[in-house]
Amino acid sequence: MTYLRDAAALARKDLLLELRGRETVPAMVLFVVAVFVAFRFALPQEQEAAAQGLLWVAIVLTALLGLIRAFVPEREQGVLDALVLAPCDRSAIWLGKALAVLAFLLVAEAAAVPLFGLFFTEVTAATVGAILLANVGLCAVGTLLAAMAVAGRAREVLLPLLFLPLSIPVVIGGVGATVSADPARYLGFLALYDAIFAILAWATFEYVVTE
Amino acid sequence: MLGVGFGLALLWVGELEGFAAGGIFFLHVPIALTAYAMLGWGAWKALRLLWTGEERYDLESYTAIHIGVIFALLTLVTGSIWARAEWLVWWDWRDRQLVAFLILFLFYSAYFMLRYSLEPGSGRMRISAVYALFGAVLIPMSFLAVRLADQFLHRTPLIRRGTPDIEGSVLAVFGVCLAGMLALAAAMYAVELAGKRLDLRLREAHA
Repeated sequence: MTYLRDAAALARKDLLLELRGRETVPAMVLFVVAVFVAFRFALPQEQEAAAQGLLWVAIVLTALLGLIRAFVPEREQGVLDALVLAPCDRSAIWLGKALAVLAFLLVAEAAAVPLFGLFFTEVTAATVGAILLANVGLCAVGTLLAAMAVAGRAREVLLPLLFLPLSIPVVIGGVGATVSADPARYLGFLALYDAIFAILAWATFEYVVTE
Repeated sequence: MLGVGFGLALLWVGELEGFAAGGIFFLHVPIALTAYAMLGWGAWKALRLLWTGEERYDLESYTAIHIGVIFALLTLVTGSIWARAEWLVWWDWRDRQLVAFLILFLFYSAYFMLRYSLEPGSGRMRISAVYALFGAVLIPMSFLAVRLADQFLHRTPLIRRGTPDIEGSVLAVFGVCLAGMLALAAAMYAVELAGKRLDLRLREAHA
């Protein structure tokens, strides 16, 4: 219980910072809408199938935008070392951060998905299920990679390079669940991706943040 | 061993029915399997580093991944040649096995970007090791994603169930080619590792 309380406290801190500063979520919403508009003009007319794929590219890029800012407050205030030294399990830091990014992404998607239905084509229940599953994997992996990138030089450039190759299986699973007549196996694949990479990220986060 | 394997392969190429590009099979597939072996070896060394904390595993993991990425690039090149011979195009996005290799190549190229953006020390060792472990998990996940995509254009006679697609003698030649390629990778690994260790010792002595 203490573990979950620690993670929840860190997630709550990030959500409070966002409520006061409003720096990340509005940027994510504006970004995903702008991406939709750009895609609308990039696509040939009546390309619904292609639009389904572009929804997933937009989701991955929006998640990336949120992840780039995930450790910015800690870096600017120099409190990441203090967090690591705090008497709590270090993986609770990862869990708290991942939950906060997940919350930001859900808010951005709550605006983006209806807009996608308005601009392009209707969004099925399978697509919504796939998005929810994909969010978990993207946030779990992305939070760990963001912690890696923040330790290096050229952080903002580094994170997309680390994150995009690992997100490609999510795009494959998501697009499959969206366009396939049998989405169950793609949803199963996304759940498998979530489970494997979340466990790996949880188990290895400590090695990333300790000196 | 590689020379013997390819020599035998050249003798057999004419007898391989159904392979428009039979010769490249003996080059492309062993290179791809060797790339997987080296990347897997790098991940194993990374796991040893995290498990034991011994710093020597960092250099071993890095060297194995470096060799693995070279072989991954060669896999993409020979795969492209195979695609050209088989389907008359240099690159076909429906060939998802090659696309999966491209994903791995991008992932492991980022490994070097990550490594060189970090300050040398224990932090860099551990972060590089964690990233290498993610690569080891990404390999089967990419394969699974490719299988889910359900479009195979490559002939995969070695793993196809049911009627064997190739004769035992051809399989033996393939085995010689694979053993030769693995031996080449092991030699490259040993030479590069020895060079890097020497370089490290010289730097330490100079400091």
